[in-house]
Amino acid sequence: MNELHRELVNVPPVKLTVENVSKTFHVRRQTVRALENVSLTVQEGEFVCLVGPSGCGKTTLLNIIAGLEQPDSGRVLADGVPVTGPGRDRMVMFQESALFPWLDVLGNVMFGLKLKPNLRHAERREVAKFYLQLVGLEKFVDANIHELSGGMKQRVALARSLAPNPSVLLMDEPFGALDALTREQLYGDIQRIWEKRRKTIVFVTHNVREAACLGDRVMLFSPRPGRIREEFRVELPRPRDINSVELAKHTAEITRALKQHLSSAAEVAE
Amino acid sequence: MKRIAAVGGFFVVLILVWEALVRFGVWSPVLVPSPLSVVQYLVRAIADGSLGQAVLVTMRRLLLGYVVGVAAGLPLGLLNARFKFFQDTLGLIALGLQTLPSICWVPLALLWFGQTEAAMLFVVIMGTLWSVLIATDTGVRHVPPIYIRAARTMGSRRLHTWTRVILPASLPFVVSGMKQGWAFAWRSLMAAEVYVTILTGFGLGHLLHYGRELHAMDQVVAVMLVIIAIGLLADKALFSPWERFLHQRWGTAK
Repeated sequence: MNELHRELVNVPPVKLTVENVSKTFHVRRQTVRALENVSLTVQEGEFVCLVGPSGCGKTTLLNIIAGLEQPDSGRVLADGVPVTGPGRDRMVMFQESALFPWLDVLGNVMFGLKLKPNLRHAERREVAKFYLQLVGLEKFVDANIHELSGGMKQRVALARSLAPNPSVLLMDEPFGALDALTREQLYGDIQRIWEKRRKTIVFVTHNVREAACLGDRVMLFSPRPGRIREEFRVELPRPRDINSVELAKHTAEITRALKQHLSSAAEVAE
Repeated sequence: MKRIAAVGGFFVVLILVWEALVRFGVWSPVLVPSPLSVVQYLVRAIADGSLGQAVLVTMRRLLLGYVVGVAAGLPLGLLNARFKFFQDTLGLIALGLQTLPSICWVPLALLWFGQTEAAMLFVVIMGTLWSVLIATDTGVRHVPPIYIRAARTMGSRRLHTWTRVILPASLPFVVSGMKQGWAFAWRSLMAAEVYVTILTGFGLGHLLHYGRELHAMDQVVAVMLVIIAIGLLADKALFSPWERFLHQRWGTAK
């Protein structure tokens, strides 16, 4: 199937390569195998979702790709170059917005831009405003962070991650803390922005439906030790509606597999 | 407008009652001067320059010592938060010395520096330094790690992270530490000035002290009022703008 796919479709270049990455944490005399021999390739412009129960190491993998954490063994390549630390080409969006309360909305979006050389101040402002418009918050340029709702905060965080124009966007359960209605709006927004800006996105979630709605591929993780168990390709036209029937079929299939892996993992543990 | 009128009315009535109580002999003028005599003293002291001179001397000591205290306390606090060694050593000293009322430094300062400006500066710096140091340390420790992670992904490194993320994020703590440092410095300076004669300059505390020596109650009360006024003014001029900014940005007030 994969070979046939490669023959028929003009495959874009590889953007991210995760090679045999392992990571162990030591927490109070306990050792947790967060990741064991995880490998993954992500093509340019691809939207890949990492799904699994909490504690399966998917966030750890995202942090390693971001360069915020180092693997015990194995390595990550971005555009063929080994990742040694955080870089502007790979922006992270966290579950909490992590916006800076001492700056206003524009100041937050400008933060990353100010660290980008070769731009004039006026140009930076223009870029920041462009992205605030893209997420629909152009009227809130001067607002303080505490004045925004949870959904608006995540939109600002999205604009802030997009502003330095990274080629890769790493999203760690960015909609986890939002209410269902706001989340549905953001599913629409993120798909629209992804198509418009052609980013490579790695998206971590424990919500299978969300993963099936957004991803080209869904990678299924199982915990202790954290491993990729199965890979699903979701080939539905975009923009996808989270409530559509076709999507529900994919969701059911992935959920079934997830449950199976979890129960077999539990048997091993016993 | 109505509020201002009500407040103004309250104070006018207060002063009138005070004046009446003295005038009708309920309070002895030896113990409580009339408001009128206080105002007369103030006018006299301003006219002959003695009050202005005292304010100048005191404020110079206070501001100079305070600036030095903050300038030293901030970086030492950052150092404390950053390195375990400093935290274990300097942090312990700071915690201990902060509990020492800074007036307790006066005997030592007098023996070291004599009855000079240096002694007064030393006392003010000791009042400021430890509060600022501890508040900065605490503030930095309370910065959510996710701010630093987010900044790092956006390309912020070392010094940039310290000045643009960690310091502003700990601003609420730092400002309240600076405010406490100011209060400690002001109180200890006044205590020191009342307590010892400094040969190099005649400050507000001395004016207060000699008011007592001369049994000039109008002078005592007038100088007390001036000290209160300076305290209020400093609060409004130095700290209110910062606090307003913090409340507005962080959304911590109504």
